[in-house]
Amino acid sequence: MLVADIMSTRVVTVNVSDSLCHALATLQKERIRHLPVLDGDRLAGILTDRDLRDMSPAVLREENIERLSKLRVGEVMKSPPITAHPLDPVEDAARLMYVHRIGCLPVVKEGALVGILTETDILRCLVELMGVSRPSSRLEVVVPDTPGHLASVASVIRDFGVNIISVITPASKKEGFRSLVFRIATIDPRQIKQAVTALGYEVIWPPDKR
Amino acid sequence: MKAAYIHSERFLSYRFGKEHPFNPLRLELARSLMTDMGLLFPQEIILPRPASERLLRTVHSPQYVNIVKRLGQGEKMDASLFGLGTEDNPVFPDMHRAGSLVVGATIRACAAVARGLVLHAVNLAGGLHHAHRACASGFCIYNDISVGIRLLRRHYRMRVAYVDLDAHHGDGVQWEFYDDPDVLTLSIHENGRYLFPGSGGIHELGEGPGLGFSVNVPVEPFTDDESWIWCFDSVVPRVLSSFRPDIIVLQFGCDAHYLDPLSHLSLTSTAFIHAARSIHQLSHRLCAGRLVVLGGGGYDVFSVVPRIWTLLWAELSDRIPTPDTPPDWRARWRGISPLPLPVRLRDENTPKCQVPVFEVNRLTVARLLDSLHWL
Ligand SMILES: [Zn+2]
Repeated sequence: MLVADIMSTRVVTVNVSDSLCHALATLQKERIRHLPVLDGDRLAGILTDRDLRDMSPAVLREENIERLSKLRVGEVMKSPPITAHPLDPVEDAARLMYVHRIGCLPVVKEGALVGILTETDILRCLVELMGVSRPSSRLEVVVPDTPGHLASVASVIRDFGVNIISVITPASKKEGFRSLVFRIATIDPRQIKQAVTALGYEVIWPPDKR
Repeated sequence: MKAAYIHSERFLSYRFGKEHPFNPLRLELARSLMTDMGLLFPQEIILPRPASERLLRTVHSPQYVNIVKRLGQGEKMDASLFGLGTEDNPVFPDMHRAGSLVVGATIRACAAVARGLVLHAVNLAGGLHHAHRACASGFCIYNDISVGIRLLRRHYRMRVAYVDLDAHHGDGVQWEFYDDPDVLTLSIHENGRYLFPGSGGIHELGEGPGLGFSVNVPVEPFTDDESWIWCFDSVVPRVLSSFRPDIIVLQFGCDAHYLDPLSHLSLTSTAFIHAARSIHQLSHRLCAGRLVVLGGGGYDVFSVVPRIWTLLWAELSDRIPTPDTPPDWRARWRGISPLPLPVRLRDENTPKCQVPVFEVNRLTVARLLDSLHWL
């Protein structure tokens, strides 16, 4: 999955010469937390609600109100911003956000701002990957972490004519093993479990009935 | 007459095959047990008619109905996109007719209650809650529940509370009425992370005007009577009372029983009796007794289904069953049951849950109630 697949293409921006008050109002009106800042049509920086909050106690005292209204976005924004490319893999973009502890990445292509990727987009992506998109049952098998085992379990499922909706393969708690967690499009995975067990694999789910 | 029982021997035609887990013989086992125990009388039985195509199309797409008909008449085609001809829902002769009869029976039950002919009506062949608009799923071809609720809405203008106690999430009904504030769907089921179909999380609350009118209580695998009853009592009376329905439709699948081969819940007759009594009483308190009860899952057709559904009927007909099943009944079915038929009507073993699920279920219910703003 690429950044282009999950980013938002409707981006609310401000300009370097806009007042900070205007930026604050925009964040509140649009109910967003990140504002890419443009200088002409070039991306110059990023302004977040956190930048505004962090400066508040110092700046927002009464004698400073006047100064605040004169302050420009370009004086407060983070620059240069950390950006992503639409063809970056989602996992790389997520790593950037995690490592730099930031909540969003403006997406830039050939110098132009084409979208924005926020932590909400990443979480939605995770929910969809881990979640269940179509009626299906869970089948969890532990296999040795060597070539061929995913294929042999998958071919059992194929032989039953059952569709695989998703599969994730996290490392197992057991050293040298891997978990295969399938969602398979059947209400009754008992026979598939039996056939997989017959191949010598340990089926963790569904459990045996007493 | 207080309660009616919809029944036909032709329900046996809804059959996917010899080895298939959905076995309609359970309906005969249940009905004969009720009769032999002196709990069900001929004058209480109503014969169903197949539902018309016009009624089916209030829920299902014309194209889907057409495909079900053609497959049932022997036409060969790949209908897996419609969920048919699959491992779960194989094609069988005259499947359109068999499916329509189940829907017709639910329509009969809904109409009899809505028109005040009886207070309660039961169709244990119904409860096929997984069928979608244009897709068969989980042994369900036509969704008799959705068609019945559609009729109650359009023709009788009733606000409908649908309660689904099957071990599996009542997905087909939920999605059909997801944006409708006049149909409340409430499903208690094994958490979809572990059991088919996977949906039914507490965050599925409805959409648009229907937001808040889909309610889901996903319970942990191995949940036992004590914890399940606690969840039921914490959610069902409260949600139904504040919804103030004109009629209650109850799906009483019994596959959450500890002996059922398809789920991983650990209920006994105690939980099912409790739920039947509670909803029965709620129907009298909230909507003048108007209650339609449908079947659903239940895959231990000899040891579990006849007992649980007999206890259900006894509750609705205000009759008190004897503790034991009659010897005549056991003798009648001895030849085909792989195990000896049960002697006691109620479960005597009560499996205690070995895993600490009560705490997780409590948290689930607390989070759910937090998000139900209209209560
Ligand atoms: Zn079920």
